Amino acid sequence: MTLGLELAYWQQSFLRSAGVLAAVLLPAGTFVYLFLFKMVSFMQNRLGPMEAGPFGSMQLLAEVGKFLQKEDIVPERADKQLFKIAPYLVVGTVLLVYLAVPFGPDMLFADLEGGVFYVLAISSISTLGVLLAGWSSANKFALIGGLRAAGQLIAYELPMVLAVVGVVIQAGTMNLNGIVAAQATGSIFGFDLLGNPYILTQFIAFAIFMIAVQAELNQTPFDMPIAESELVSGFMTEYSGLRFLLFFIGEFASAGAFAAVAATLFLGGWSVPDAWVDLDNDIFNLLGPIILLTKMMFLGGLIFFVRFTFPRFREDQLQKLAWTVLIPISLVNILATTVLKVAF
Amino acid sequence: MTAITDREKLAYANAQAADGRVNLEFETDEGMTLNMGPQHPATHGTLRIVVKLDGEQVVSCEPVMGYMHRGYEKLLEVRTYPQVNTLINRIDWLGSFANEVPFILATERLMGIEAPPRAQWIRTIMFELSRISNISLFVGDMALHIGAMTAAFYAFRDREFVLNQIESVSGGRFHPNYDRIGGLKDDLPKGWGADTKAAMARIRDFCDEMETLVEGNEIFQARARGVGVIPADVALQYGLTGANLRASGVDWDLRRDEPVGLAWNEVDWNVITHPDGDSFARFWVRVQEIREATRIVDQLIDGLPAGPVMAKVPRIIKVPEGEAWVATENPLGEMGFYVISKGDLGPFRVKIRTASFNNISIVPWVCRGVYVPDVVTILASLYFILGDIDR
Repeated sequence: MTLGLELAYWQQSFLRSAGVLAAVLLPAGTFVYLFLFKMVSFMQNRLGPMEAGPFGSMQLLAEVGKFLQKEDIVPERADKQLFKIAPYLVVGTVLLVYLAVPFGPDMLFADLEGGVFYVLAISSISTLGVLLAGWSSANKFALIGGLRAAGQLIAYELPMVLAVVGVVIQAGTMNLNGIVAAQATGSIFGFDLLGNPYILTQFIAFAIFMIAVQAELNQTPFDMPIAESELVSGFMTEYSGLRFLLFFIGEFASAGAFAAVAATLFLGGWSVPDAWVDLDNDIFNLLGPIILLTKMMFLGGLIFFVRFTFPRFREDQLQKLAWTVLIPISLVNILATTVLKVAF
Repeated sequence: MTAITDREKLAYANAQAADGRVNLEFETDEGMTLNMGPQHPATHGTLRIVVKLDGEQVVSCEPVMGYMHRGYEKLLEVRTYPQVNTLINRIDWLGSFANEVPFILATERLMGIEAPPRAQWIRTIMFELSRISNISLFVGDMALHIGAMTAAFYAFRDREFVLNQIESVSGGRFHPNYDRIGGLKDDLPKGWGADTKAAMARIRDFCDEMETLVEGNEIFQARARGVGVIPADVALQYGLTGANLRASGVDWDLRRDEPVGLAWNEVDWNVITHPDGDSFARFWVRVQEIREATRIVDQLIDGLPAGPVMAKVPRIIKVPEGEAWVATENPLGEMGFYVISKGDLGPFRVKIRTASFNNISIVPWVCRGVYVPDVVTILASLYFILGDIDR
């Protein structure tokens, strides 16, 4: 953080912690209100929350208050330790994902050389939390939900990684800020007015990445781990009160995290094309988060629009889609990217 | 329960054993037993389905009914004939008017009276309206069970127009209680025909919308096509009726085959069948049936005869001794009333044949070897109303 301030180490740590919390909760809250409450309501011919605050904007606080009042029930035959840890594992993972996402030239929590690798690796841990929740609940619906989540992870981690490989090849770096810079200063066949946001040159990778994100987030059409019409609530069936709230926050915070990662990888992250303004300016430490949030909202809208439009796949159909369609296409994409990279 | 006699003790033990049999049968063998219901989102009511699983695959599956048994057949024995109407409204609560018709027709047959033509035509219109209000909800419900939440809201939205029309005739949205022995409670309100035709146009739009939003969706097709295939002969053996039977390719419709004094034969419409017999076929047939129903309603409104809506009926209804069976093609399938009268103010015994009870009896046959999500698809596509199973 070089904002011209000299801060003690504990002050920096405090700021970073507060920053991560804000980075997690702010997009999550906005996603819930804007998409889960409002956009979906308008899609479904209803108004959504209208009573709490202007246009129901305080509804989220009311919901949190409701969950905090509820009794925290642990089933008698549950594996109590694991049962209690699981939601924290899910939420903690999201905090860790944000660690590597850059919000501005200097607005970042950790400048990791292998940022992409770190993000993809750490995001898989949340499935461990889901699996723990499913296993420890001592509930058959939860067990099936947890196992489905595990199967889904294995199937969709691969296309996601392979899709990102295309971006990494094109940018020539795994550092997320490096990828942002490569998009802002790049050009498409000499045309540099837009820079080179990889959504234009890596559109196949973008499509595969977003499909895999949908599966990773357990959103319809890949919401088999929850599948409320089959498994009641899947792995969350036995949770109540604060722990249910944590799962809920985890779901939307990780939607925000993946939207941030996708915006960074494909939409130019915190930057605008270098041809428009000089990016080497401290003001972007303040504008960057806003620009990134705008792009995240666009991607979040996409995620939730799909979620509330499509029916759900069956487990075997999901596996088939991943292994026979997405992985071959992403491999071809890598090949094409490599060839073009060498050729131009 | 405090048992007094040996006979009561035995009856109690028997009931307990029958209840325990299902549990025991499914718990003792290998594999995992999944108890879907009585409280489960897919059973929209209190149907219990005990599923034995091998991984995600269903080894065997048994529906357990009776969690909402209300004893209607017994209750009807202590009601007078006009009072029966209110109760049987609650059997299939989504298409209530259609429940009233077969009982009233059976009573009229026993009494040897016939409703005037205008009453018969209005009965047919209301019958088809309740069919539309019932099945349009199925369309949204099936999409919801397959995972598409939004379609369910569209179904609720457009069903409202039909419910408004039913309300403006009878005063009741869900339970019209509009049919009377010998005719109808009231004539239609002024301007009702034009409003209803506008509502029918909305419903046809709704069908178009559902065909593109749900039926045309690749994921929906992947989930529904080839899932839960019921061949025609099996469907007949299990006594399936209604759209479930027609989706198996059996051309059987009581509206055409036994019109029992209603006006279906006066208008031009088609019986819809589909050769496949899978969940998709059942969905498709029902959507097409909504279309046909709107056609029937439109034509009936155009040709509505003038005249009274009530025949000459004594103030106190006493039904002469005799037995009568009348069945009609209700939204869920064949619904019939066997009424036995001993010449009293109320029926001596009523046997109600409801469609859902038979439709759901095929679940163990059709659910073998499918995956857990398919159980939900099949249940949704067979389309039962819990009140119609348990009565």
